[in-house]
Amino acid sequence: MDKKIYERPLIIKQQSGLMNKFGSSTINAPVTEIDRVPVKDIVEKFGSPVFAFSERKIRNNQREMFRIFKTRYPKVQFAWSYKTNYMNAICSIFHQEGSWAEVVSEFEYEKARQLGVEGEHIIFNGPAKTAAGLERAIKERAKIHIDHFDELYLLIELTEKLNLTADVAIRVNMDVGIYPKWDRFGFNYENGEADQALKRIVLNDKLNLIGLHTHIGTYIMSTEPYKIAATKLVVLANKLKENHNITLDYIDMGGGLPSKNTLKGQYLEAEQILPSYEQYAEAITSPFFNLTMPPNEFPTLIIESGRALIDDAGFLISSVIANKRLSDGRRAVIIDAGVNLMFTSFWFKHRVAPGQNAGSFTENSSLYGPLCMNIDCIREEIVLPALKKGELVVIMNVGSYSVTQWMQFISMRPNIVLVTEEEEAVLIRANENLEYLTSLEVVPEKLKTFTLH
Amino acid sequence: MSKITISSNLAVSDNGFLFLPSTGESFTLNPIGKLILTALKEGKEQKQVIDLITKEYDIDKSSAEKDLEDFISQLKNHKLIIEQ
Ligand SMILES: Cc1ncc(COP(=O)(O)O)c(C=O)c1O
Repeated sequence: MDKKIYERPLIIKQQSGLMNKFGSSTINAPVTEIDRVPVKDIVEKFGSPVFAFSERKIRNNQREMFRIFKTRYPKVQFAWSYKTNYMNAICSIFHQEGSWAEVVSEFEYEKARQLGVEGEHIIFNGPAKTAAGLERAIKERAKIHIDHFDELYLLIELTEKLNLTADVAIRVNMDVGIYPKWDRFGFNYENGEADQALKRIVLNDKLNLIGLHTHIGTYIMSTEPYKIAATKLVVLANKLKENHNITLDYIDMGGGLPSKNTLKGQYLEAEQILPSYEQYAEAITSPFFNLTMPPNEFPTLIIESGRALIDDAGFLISSVIANKRLSDGRRAVIIDAGVNLMFTSFWFKHRVAPGQNAGSFTENSSLYGPLCMNIDCIREEIVLPALKKGELVVIMNVGSYSVTQWMQFISMRPNIVLVTEEEEAVLIRANENLEYLTSLEVVPEKLKTFTLH
Repeated sequence: MSKITISSNLAVSDNGFLFLPSTGESFTLNPIGKLILTALKEGKEQKQVIDLITKEYDIDKSSAEKDLEDFISQLKNHKLIIEQ
């Protein structure tokens, strides 16, 4: 006789009427496959934990976002924000979809070049560009977004020295009514700094002013700030046309569109409170119709969206190591993926789902990683079904800022796979090993021997 | 393993619903939880309960024992157990 399927014994107290502190008590439906590839097979082949990205989802997200903007403004160009996820395979998907590269360091710049992105399709942002980095960018005709006056003067010096012109834009920061203000980057709009920088550039015949840039922040939860930002850049563009007869190639509105992740302090799920991408696109594009130049001279709208395009394409598949009961009676589930792999869990309540079909019984739990530290908590309060040791837990919406901000700490960083459109899981970054880690270390001669008693 | 005593006025319905008239609290149990609570109420030893589970369900003895310990601590937590 076949035995019945086992589930951990549970007893749950009924809380009549009261909304419990765990927020919505609905649990996520099991994620047993990613684009029809069983997560179980991925773990069998690539180990646990393992990051998995859906190629189909990435492409769909990018195409959908492009459509949303393109139907509202005819000239749109996306630039993939490398820091959001600079795995070569991931960047290449975005480049295949037509996105340029948006980089903020020489390392990212070089990565884009190695992937075959031409300088003219690289947007070089960031406050920390070096003379060497700028020289290369000038020679390769990258789009240099100037962050501050010291950089502007360095650039003037370099173009003189090289006797070359440079394609430049300035980053503008401004009050868009939100906190925190990102006024550390770029030239301020309200106090006239931006005007001053633009004037300085216009007067220099080696600097070719081609655009204006802003990035008002990340995970912006309302559309109004974008409208204000676009309005202000449109004012600057109109002034450049009127006063200096300069026609800009583009206005770059940066990134910051939220993904479907829910912030820690947020009670309602992201979907319930965030505007739609259509509403954001509307806010960004509508001020463009106040541009005063003839329509055939309208600048291209550049979007550097990061998290919104990839968060829901990334999954972290992990396994249950142990179940414990905390002193207050709460269940603690320990999994083999820690916060060192999910830096983002300090800010976001990542969605968590069982990786196999689960019983209908659920329990309030805390979800911990394997690190020997108190901070290694992925979710303090989450409703989970009964999970046995060895069963899979899938953490969702971890596509952005995960595999770029992850830390090698206590354990090695795991494999990253891509679930291709052909529904096959392929390796895109191998797990680290001791050799890889120690290859960078140097032990002074006198420390090479010791005797223990 | 200590002997577990369940208060005698506890009744579990067929679908795993449990009501405590003394406090007005109610609980739900999953099928294995119900099986365990019923067995304990009948005065079975923990060892016997484990045998009962492993005979009926696809689970090894040591996992069943671990989960039983955990379940008992849940019962204690809800003050459904009189310890001796
Ligand atoms: C200049 C710039 N552009 C784009 C992005 C991408 O931002 P997000 O992922 O919020 O869309 C960032 C991220 O901070 C950024 O600094």
